[in-house]
Amino acid sequence: MDFLQPTSWQDALALRGERPDALPLAGGTDVMVDINFDRRRPGALLDLGRVPELREWGQDDGRIRLGAGVPYAGIIGNLGAQLPGLAMASRTVGSPQIRIRGTVGGNLGSASPAGDAHPPLLAAGAVVEVASAARGTREIPVAEFYTGVKRNALEPDELIAAVLIPAASGPQQFSKVGTRNAMVIAVSAFACALHPDRREIGTGIGSAAPTPRRAPEAETFLAGELDDAGLWDSRNALPEPLAAAFGERVAAAASPIDDVRGSAAYRLHSLSVMARRAITWAWNDLREAA
Amino acid sequence: MRVTTTVNGTEQHVDDVWPGESLLYMLRERMGLPGSKNACEQGECGSCTVYLDGEPVCACLVAAGQAIGREVTTVEGLAAGGALHPVQEAFVECGAVQCGFCTPGLVVAAHDLLERVPRPSDLEIREALAGNLCRCTGYEKILDAVRLAADRQVRA
Ligand SMILES: Cc1cc2nc3c(=O)[nH]c(=O)nc-3n(C[C@H](O)[C@H](O)[C@H](O)COP(=O)(O)OP(=O)(O)OC[C@H]3O[C@@H](n4cnc5c(N)ncnc54)[C@H](O)[C@@H]3O)c2cc1C
Ligand code: FES
Ligand code: FES
Repeated sequence: MDFLQPTSWQDALALRGERPDALPLAGGTDVMVDINFDRRRPGALLDLGRVPELREWGQDDGRIRLGAGVPYAGIIGNLGAQLPGLAMASRTVGSPQIRIRGTVGGNLGSASPAGDAHPPLLAAGAVVEVASAARGTREIPVAEFYTGVKRNALEPDELIAAVLIPAASGPQQFSKVGTRNAMVIAVSAFACALHPDRREIGTGIGSAAPTPRRAPEAETFLAGELDDAGLWDSRNALPEPLAAAFGERVAAAASPIDDVRGSAAYRLHSLSVMARRAITWAWNDLREAA
Repeated sequence: MRVTTTVNGTEQHVDDVWPGESLLYMLRERMGLPGSKNACEQGECGSCTVYLDGEPVCACLVAAGQAIGREVTTVEGLAAGGALHPVQEAFVECGAVQCGFCTPGLVVAAHDLLERVPRPSDLEIREALAGNLCRCTGYEKILDAVRLAADRQVRA
């Protein structure tokens, strides 16, 4: 096994192209577990930890460009106001030690249906920026990035450069069910974002389908009902039956399985409850902000 | 491969490191520093917690090569000149140690908390130690030890 340590983004892309047998290594919180337990033996590790470009973040035309190598602790410490949903999800990841090392790029690379970054990225309408030495950069809407259980749209010669996330125009919420507060792989998770500027709702479901996914029908249903009732303008309280109906539609978008962490039935039930509560919290935040 | 890194203040060269090897393995098996414990090798227990460039991390999840040119501080590095650090003293006094397997990781995590937050609330202590498992003590004595170390640090 080789240990490749590029110190620039250009070199990282060149090495990725030359060595299809290399496994990118960011925080190592997924990769090292697999290596320690002999589940993976790549021809090389491509350590991205010395590529400064990957640890940067900044504004990019109304969007936050979050380098793939920014750890969760960095998001929590610096981007809570601009990316509230992702910051909330980041606070629930693993433990302090895991949040210091683990990155959103790594979460996308692993593409686990249980990854906590995915629901808020879906709800916010994020775009994944990937690149290769041969073909340059392309942008993939995050909903199209997940292609199967632990599979993503990356080509073998590509790396994830960054995630482009529209700065929040309204409240965002994240909710996750597990057996305790720390160190929990979600049994099910839900994120929502209110986009009052364009009168739309964003959603993201975790751990309740082969891939993270949105609940498009629930989004249009709620946005339409809010319109019809004039609630976007009046900012009156969200009627409980409406929140509950939204929760049911979110659950209807999922297709969970039974596994050691929970049953499919529990996942559906918990999703509808989380969606009802999270959308109510977000709506209350919007009313308070008015 | 060769790994050159500063451990507990001294630059060291380690040869024949396997590229997939963890920092934890290198510290324990090649550098004679068995203080950091190997319990789960999957980031769950925190007994391998060390400082990497001043941040507490699970050494079992850091590739040894990722520590090249960096500064590592292990639990051995906290007891300067052989005298116990006040956090360690407090663990002994409060009975926060039973089998002791979790202790090095908890000491590093508690040390880090008190460096950042001199007067932590109970909630802050629990949150800071959430990545460290103990099978013996039931945690109460550990919380006592962190409170005691914090009190003494503030008064000193
Ligand atoms: C104890 C423990 C608790 C955990 N708890 C949670 C949790 O609560 N929620 C959660 O979502 N996850 C959790 N995880 C999983 C893990 O921490 C996350 O998936 C994390 O985001 C992975 O990031 P990383 O930087 O460590 O990735 P790595 O392990 O370095 O890499 C992960 C994958 O992404 C690829 N990759 C990384 N960066 C790039 C890039 N720039 N371009 C292309 N491919 C790339 C790697 O090749 C690999 O396939 C936990 C893990 C542990 C060990
Ligand atoms: S041995 Fe590293 S966290 Fe358990
Ligand atoms: S004292 Fe035995 S594991 Fe903590």
